[in-house]
Amino acid sequence: MSVDEKTVRRVARLARIKVADSELPKLAGELNVILNFVEQLNEVNVENVEPLTSVVELNMKKRKDVVTDGHYPKAIIQNAAASEDDFFVVPKVVE
Amino acid sequence: MTSLTNLTIAEARAKLKAREFSALELTESYISAIEQAKILNAYVAETPDQARAMAKASDTKLAKGEGGALEGIPLGIKDLFATKGVHTQACSHILDGFKPGYESTVTQNLWDAGAVMLGKLNMDEFAMGSSNETSYYGGVTNPWRRHNSNAALVPGGSSGGSATAVAAHICAAATATDTGGSIRQPAAFTGTVGIKPTYGRVSRWGTVAFASSLDQAGPITRDVRDAAIMLRAMASVDDKDTTSVDLPVPDYEKAIGKSIKGLRIGIPKEYRPDGLSAEINAVWDKGAQWLKEQGAEIVEISLPHTKYALPAYYIVAPAEASSNLARYDGVRYGLRVPGDDLIDTYEKTRATGLGKEVQRRVMIGTYVLSAGYYDAYYVKAQKVRTLIKQDFDKAWAKVDVVLTPATPSAAFAPGEITDPVQMYLNDIFTVTVNMAGLPGIAVPAGLSSQGLPLGLQLIGKPFDEETLFQTAHVIEQAAGKFTAKSWW
Repeated sequence: MSVDEKTVRRVARLARIKVADSELPKLAGELNVILNFVEQLNEVNVENVEPLTSVVELNMKKRKDVVTDGHYPKAIIQNAAASEDDFFVVPKVVE
Repeated sequence: MTSLTNLTIAEARAKLKAREFSALELTESYISAIEQAKILNAYVAETPDQARAMAKASDTKLAKGEGGALEGIPLGIKDLFATKGVHTQACSHILDGFKPGYESTVTQNLWDAGAVMLGKLNMDEFAMGSSNETSYYGGVTNPWRRHNSNAALVPGGSSGGSATAVAAHICAAATATDTGGSIRQPAAFTGTVGIKPTYGRVSRWGTVAFASSLDQAGPITRDVRDAAIMLRAMASVDDKDTTSVDLPVPDYEKAIGKSIKGLRIGIPKEYRPDGLSAEINAVWDKGAQWLKEQGAEIVEISLPHTKYALPAYYIVAPAEASSNLARYDGVRYGLRVPGDDLIDTYEKTRATGLGKEVQRRVMIGTYVLSAGYYDAYYVKAQKVRTLIKQDFDKAWAKVDVVLTPATPSAAFAPGEITDPVQMYLNDIFTVTVNMAGLPGIAVPAGLSSQGLPLGLQLIGKPFDEETLFQTAHVIEQAAGKFTAKSWW
């Protein structure tokens, strides 16, 4: 499988990365080199093979669903580009 | 008198305890050494004032005969570990100005053991690279050079700053991380020791995530004993990381010096691809010979799916990265590039803040996870991963440890490799270990004809880091240690 410029445009949009139209051909070429490389996997017979979900065969640790941390909004927003009254500020999304 | 910065952790530990010098004197020696080594570009942030304060606190403890396993030992920290109030940017533009309000579990464990922080170390952006060339802060120069040459070489990556700082003696040891070979490849390129422990041995909490099912932190050190000391201090059982495994941390140092008589060493035939350099082949054979001379049994094994580890990795790792890196949106931390609306702000921020290699991987990951391609790529790769793990499971019936080369070549020059896939091939011998979640150690085994370090890799059973230290020490005893001549 290989990607065309239209697909790269769609993927860039999904990934929220701005890509100029002029960059699309080069980017498609680069992505196709990688996709061609991973095509090798088609040689492998994976019939009746389960996908690996964890390298360590242990049950996921569980804990009680209680608050163990928090109540420091100032520390949470201290690195924000813009904030107001302990909220993150973003461009207006609702008219 | 030998410079204090030439001491290993074990040596410095003994002399600090005997009060031959103070922790502050040791720290000051490193601070001046860092000043003189700026040209290597190993540090992206230096914390001399914090280092002095920590060293003074260590001296107070040492004077009372107290102190932890790393009391007064100055360390460099890879920029991937969150350090409270200190530059933590994964060497990416998108994390500009980020100073976390918390400390990673690994670094907290080190400070609890008495270690001193010298600063944050350069790395490939978000740990994506094999040459340290993708760092927003510029490349790192390997302390090693070819015979009769002044040409700069890369230190490998992604932990290039860590490997260089250890090899150049501008920290006693460094933290590093390994997703596909990012500890072991730079260790091999710089004549240092690097261990990636079993997945789950070291907490990932507070470490900037790249590919969560593959990432594992470990140390880069001057020798095998120091690696054992460092790993013991870094490892812990951590409730804040659900993949942290509930097993006590052994005293790894006790494994050093133990006989390897009767140990079965596997030599996988698939690690000898056509075109593998004669020099790498020779160092591998020599390594097997050294172990045999000490009573180990050499066993030919087969790991048939080796060849598919790298292509499967370049589906799994970008897929996980595309998900993990979605958080860099210009809202909660780091860079924001204003746009016409929220989506435009996201897109401009990410286009400006993420480097080219990171963008490529995020896009590959987004593509292989997108509707219609998920089964063909991602699920397929995870099935191949099962086969890779099964190869090793079968091998453990016949052998106790596997010996392979660490890298397919010695260090190369900046700009020498521009094709992404060629760059990815650097991890051909290391990436299987991450895919199977196993521990692997890189140990220096000799110098190339051009005078550059070459490393061997030992792969162990899950949570059997002790056998790796035991065996790596035998190689180290036979090969000797390698130190770059200072030119900086």
